Amino acid sequence: MMSQPNLYKPYLMRLDRITEEAPGVKTFKLLFQNEEEGRQFSFRAGQFAEYSVFGAGECTFCIASSPTRKGYVECTFRQAGRVTSALSDLEVGDTLGFRGPYGNVFPIEKWAGKSLLFIAGGIALPPMRCLIWNVLDLRSKFRDVTILYGARTVADLVYKHELEEWSQRPDVKLVTTVDPGGETPEWRGEVGFVPSVLEKIAPLSINTVAIVCGPPIMIKFTFPVLSRLGFTPDTIYTTLENRMKCGVGKCGRCNVGKYYVCKDGPVFTFEQLKTLPPEY
Amino acid sequence: METERRILTREAFDSLLQKAVAAGQRAYGPKDLDGRIDFAPIARLDDLSTGHVQTTQSAKFALFPKVEELFSFHREGNAQVLDEATEADTPETLLLGVRPCDAAAIASLAAIFNWDTRDPQFNRRLARTTVVTITCTHADEYCFCTSVGGGPGNSTGSDLLLTPLEGGTYLAEVLTARGQALLALVPESSTPANAVDKESRLACVPSRFTAETVTAKMAVAFDREGLWREQSLRCLGCGACAFVCPTCACFDISDESNGIQGKRLRTWDSCGFSLFTKHTSGHNPREVQSQRWRQRLMHKFVYMPDRLKVLGCVGCGRCSRSCPVDMNILEHVTKVAEVK
Amino acid sequence: MEELRKRARELLATGEVKVVIGYGEGSAGRIRPLFITDPAGAGVLMFDERCLANLAVYLLKAEVKQLGKAAGTAPIRNHSNGLQPAAESQVSDETVRLIGVADGKAVDLPTLASAEEYVASVSLEPAAEEKEALARIERMTMEERWAYWNEQLSRCLKCYACRAACPMCYCTQCTVECNQPQWIPVPATPLGNLEWHVMRAMHLAGRCVGCGECRRACPIDLPIDLLTKKIGEDVAAGFGLRAGSSRKLEYALSTYRPDDREDFIR
Repeated sequence: MMSQPNLYKPYLMRLDRITEEAPGVKTFKLLFQNEEEGRQFSFRAGQFAEYSVFGAGECTFCIASSPTRKGYVECTFRQAGRVTSALSDLEVGDTLGFRGPYGNVFPIEKWAGKSLLFIAGGIALPPMRCLIWNVLDLRSKFRDVTILYGARTVADLVYKHELEEWSQRPDVKLVTTVDPGGETPEWRGEVGFVPSVLEKIAPLSINTVAIVCGPPIMIKFTFPVLSRLGFTPDTIYTTLENRMKCGVGKCGRCNVGKYYVCKDGPVFTFEQLKTLPPEY
Repeated sequence: METERRILTREAFDSLLQKAVAAGQRAYGPKDLDGRIDFAPIARLDDLSTGHVQTTQSAKFALFPKVEELFSFHREGNAQVLDEATEADTPETLLLGVRPCDAAAIASLAAIFNWDTRDPQFNRRLARTTVVTITCTHADEYCFCTSVGGGPGNSTGSDLLLTPLEGGTYLAEVLTARGQALLALVPESSTPANAVDKESRLACVPSRFTAETVTAKMAVAFDREGLWREQSLRCLGCGACAFVCPTCACFDISDESNGIQGKRLRTWDSCGFSLFTKHTSGHNPREVQSQRWRQRLMHKFVYMPDRLKVLGCVGCGRCSRSCPVDMNILEHVTKVAEVK
Repeated sequence: MEELRKRARELLATGEVKVVIGYGEGSAGRIRPLFITDPAGAGVLMFDERCLANLAVYLLKAEVKQLGKAAGTAPIRNHSNGLQPAAESQVSDETVRLIGVADGKAVDLPTLASAEEYVASVSLEPAAEEKEALARIERMTMEERWAYWNEQLSRCLKCYACRAACPMCYCTQCTVECNQPQWIPVPATPLGNLEWHVMRAMHLAGRCVGCGECRRACPIDLPIDLLTKKIGEDVAAGFGLRAGSSRKLEYALSTYRPDDREDFIR
């Protein structure tokens, strides 16, 4: 991890590419203005950063690109508040701030030899996308890779181009779904909420790790299905998204119980979540 | 370092302060501001108020100001340039007349700002601050330092510890090299004092509970919704308690800019505010005041000891004195400690 | 005092109200707000010359409203605190019942209409000391006033105790909490503080009942009540209206009458 003398001073980044993923959702590809910083920068899947628009403020997103791909970072966000609105107004060539990487990591090395089940909903695919590409870049280390991804409507699916890529790969089983009523006439994927589609495809739980990211309601209904399939809480991982500011465990905002989501998370197992007060 | 004890006459004390100020130190101490005692710039000993138990605000402003520039930025053509705050923004500071509880609070602040990663702004200020503490000869019913590991004559966090004696003189205990350097400003004035009885002059602050008991009981009381609701029903959710508290360090970060140049600032914040944990989506993990009140106490008495190995309360009582509706932390913590 | 307790017991026992909001002994000789829901608990209610705090703020606090209909005790002068929220449709006879206290006696005010009559029997003008405090500033030149307020308000911490304690600051999203755009800056800089207090005074123009709770609540005793009281006096002088005198809305800044004193409007 690169350490800077001023903890709060971000790297300066150039906005290199904007991809319109879905209504209100964009992916930014950012290059380090200082190439040496870019060369030295490294992170691991699961970590997040604070992205700045100078004058508007900072915003917390996971790093959505894979750590195996050097020289750039990506983030995906939905326009919702002050800073994301300012981000949405930026054009290619503009300058942003980037502060990170922060947080803990997915323990990929512990999953060697296991099968991986990725479950994501809507705008929660970005933290997983980083992990998925990381895994695919090290594909031979793992057994089966299954990805279940759902969104409200076809238009709301993000990373459409990459979904296409993943669906073409023989070493990945990809299942996409949209909520009932969200399908188009051309849609050939599943129709149904993520938990019920999960129940339908019934992946094996033996020697498998599940990673679940999505809105709280999706997680709430997915967890019992995973239990029924035989997953124990210590084999189910998720990422928490609390309101954050400093990202380094000082401002107090993300303090939940004795944990700081920015330091002890955002990656947690369900086993760990059970020990937290329900304040996230 | 064996504690050196000296007698400091009033004249010597005055001379010490004036010499320190003349040498460029910014001195702050308790001052009578129209009947309210609070920290203000002082230049001579006559400025210093001494008959009070405690000041309204804490001295944390010296290490963690209410507004602090993290860095500034400006445009040069199409490029953004980031500028650091200069060293000149961190003057040498002399805190004169803090209480032992305030000095002890520095350890709590340092735990927050330095665990895992070191906060450069806080450390720059800490390195340039000298703490001259005056022990307590009086306490009031809000004080409870002895219940949280402190005491009216404790030396933790102080560079010089002064105990008032007869005739305006002080017993001066030299605790650090910084304290030594300060006292060296008046070498001809301070005489050794080995036989002075400090303890008999200190205020009596009966211990009301032990911190370990409170930590254990409070952790168990987390789910007692009724208890937290009842305690917090009159709480208005303002930030007065957090802002006068010497150990509260939660902050917000915001940008101010005119489009060409601007600054990124950090400012005091409070877990008691309703917006503190609210997501942009509208979801708020601590939606009601009772959850936020609980967080305040749990953070200070359970989470901080667990995680940072230090309590988040020094028993100064300021929160209770300042609360508009008489939320009394000693009373509330004691009640939690009595929970079966 | 016993009469007050008896009244509280009766109201709770009959279920007429679900909670009595009153005063009780607090720390170090202070008084504190109390919420009595059980008739047997009414014995701790008290009332004396220390009981000036404005409890009307609790009539608008979600956690208290959830308890049900409330009875609020207050000295007679402070019942304007109940009437102004009524004028702004924040409380009604269904949700609140006031108990006046005067000369040691409890005066039952079963409806807001009766409270209005009761309040009409006292003057809502500021007391002599308050008038003098306002006059002292009015005697300053503009430069002196600017310097005075800048110096005072630069000390503000933006703790928002003033807002939290004020019964008329009941907005679920305060202007300072809007960040698109950030009308009032977050940091407690001198300019940011000035903007906050000026904006608050303007939002209270014609609505401030002059209870002084903002000043009492301020941990560093800033004289911010003078700002809102000054505007209150200006509204009274200019429009003949005083906040808290009526349970019907007569808001100077949003009411038009054909007999308005200003002739530019005709």
